[in-house]
Amino acid sequence: MTLPFAVDDRVVPPIRPEYDRSLLPLVAAPLARALPLSTRVWQQGWLRKGLILAILAAAWEALARFQDNDLLLPSFTATLSALAEGLADGELVERVRISLAVLAQGYLIGAVLAFGLTTLAVSTQIGRDLLSTLTAMFNPLPAIALLPLALLWFGLGNGSLVFVLVHAVLWPLALNTFAGFQGVPDTLRMAGRNYGLSGLGYVWQILIPAALPAILSGLKIGWAFAWRTLIAAELVFGAASGKGGLGWYIYQNRNELYTDRVFAGLLLVILIGLVIENLVFATLERVTVRRWGVVR
Amino acid sequence: MTLTEAHATTVRPEPEASARTGAEAVPAAALPAPLLRISGVSLEYRTPARVVRAAHRIDLDVYRADRFVLLGPSGCGKSTLLKAVAGFILPVEGTITLDGLAVRGPGPDRIVVFQEFDQLPPWKTVLQNVAFPLRASGLLGRREASERARHYIDKVGLTPFADSYPHQLSGGMKQRVAIARALAMQPRVLLMDEPFAALDALTRRKMQEELLALWEEVRFTLLFVTHSIEEALVIGNRVALLSPHPGRVRSEVNSHAFDLTSLGSRDFQAAAQRLHERLFEPESGSAS
Repeated sequence: MTLPFAVDDRVVPPIRPEYDRSLLPLVAAPLARALPLSTRVWQQGWLRKGLILAILAAAWEALARFQDNDLLLPSFTATLSALAEGLADGELVERVRISLAVLAQGYLIGAVLAFGLTTLAVSTQIGRDLLSTLTAMFNPLPAIALLPLALLWFGLGNGSLVFVLVHAVLWPLALNTFAGFQGVPDTLRMAGRNYGLSGLGYVWQILIPAALPAILSGLKIGWAFAWRTLIAAELVFGAASGKGGLGWYIYQNRNELYTDRVFAGLLLVILIGLVIENLVFATLERVTVRRWGVVR
Repeated sequence: MTLTEAHATTVRPEPEASARTGAEAVPAAALPAPLLRISGVSLEYRTPARVVRAAHRIDLDVYRADRFVLLGPSGCGKSTLLKAVAGFILPVEGTITLDGLAVRGPGPDRIVVFQEFDQLPPWKTVLQNVAFPLRASGLLGRREASERARHYIDKVGLTPFADSYPHQLSGGMKQRVAIARALAMQPRVLLMDEPFAALDALTRRKMQEELLALWEEVRFTLLFVTHSIEEALVIGNRVALLSPHPGRVRSEVNSHAFDLTSLGSRDFQAAAQRLHERLFEPESGSAS
């Protein structure tokens, strides 16, 4: 004990005096300080994403000028002017309106069916079996593969498009929603039942809000599936009674070798996708799941 | 205060102890009807391979304004028993009656405060969380629910956080919200399943203090599950000791004389020591 480094199992730590001092309020240093401007600017998501888009556009422009063949790869600026032209004379706007109207129909019907199916699945065993069997059968089936069949059944027109859209939305959304329902913690379920909630009230007030992160991701996947299915379907059989959507616009202009318009159409498909993702879904997430702190 | 021997069937408070709280020892015949009666209740749970008996023929009576504690080691079925009182599990034999009516399922007259923090829906603010069961059970309209919610939020000292979401609160604050939510429902029995077990020691001490202060004010009936001897003696006025595998009632003792100020006192130490011995003595000697 006398030697501080002695290897001795009887070593005891020294006994030090006690002390007690009263602390004065801390005023010397500020308790919080602002981050530097550059850091705060870089935290803006739209700025970072905008930068990525700008770099991609610049790369496109550079490649097109290097190629110097408008028929194969029109430049970014040429595409933009074709886009502006199409928007100005109202043709593109009309095409987009037609596409989105069909899309909204198919998407809504698909979402309603998906919620019906999952509500059935959480309440009964047979509903669960039905859902898992149906999703296992139909989820891997590409929606576009059903198009010939749909054309046979519903003819050339919106009916066939809505049918394949419902197929594209229903299964991924049902699968995600059901996975979300199953992930709701037991304590929360018991708390809900404790309040006397049951049946639809229980599903609406407990299960759906608790599973909202999964439901939102299902809605996003469903949206992407629906959008790509719609454009592809329009490319395949195009217009009904002379009113084609965006996919038909792309197909028509390719046939007439207006490659810049083809690119303008594709660019518009991408832009609408970006807007839906970053405005609609991001806003939906911000006011719900992010606000509640259930996703980061 | 002294505790009677383990094999005694009824234990009454000693006169000098009852003088502190104003409660008189009542002869068995003169007792009022119990608010909650658990009689001959056996509980089982199912695993894929077999059925396991969690509690065996439990008899307990809880009276109005009791702070009744279920104390026991893990595996004694105390949480399962609480869930049965809440109505989440149905007994395989025996009956649970509240005010003479059999318990058939979960309901807003028995509100549970769970141990887990995820019992609060994360999509509702503190105020909405407390008002939610009032609205969901159809007890009150929107405005009255909100008013009563504010009242109880104030009681647990969370008024500045009424518009915060659960993820913005600390563990202790979340449990305060759960307690406010339960009290706002003014349930016949408040059920608490180790509500402070997930909290740090200092917060736990503070929460025990606040719970006792709330009881002084509101005089709710409490059924409280814990595995801490100290917590049982401090929180409860009566402690039921359960033995494990399967859960059976070993003994009931009075603890109304103790509160947080008596933690270090000799009586308290002795009572804790006795409970400790009964909890840890070999199985063979504990048959009742």
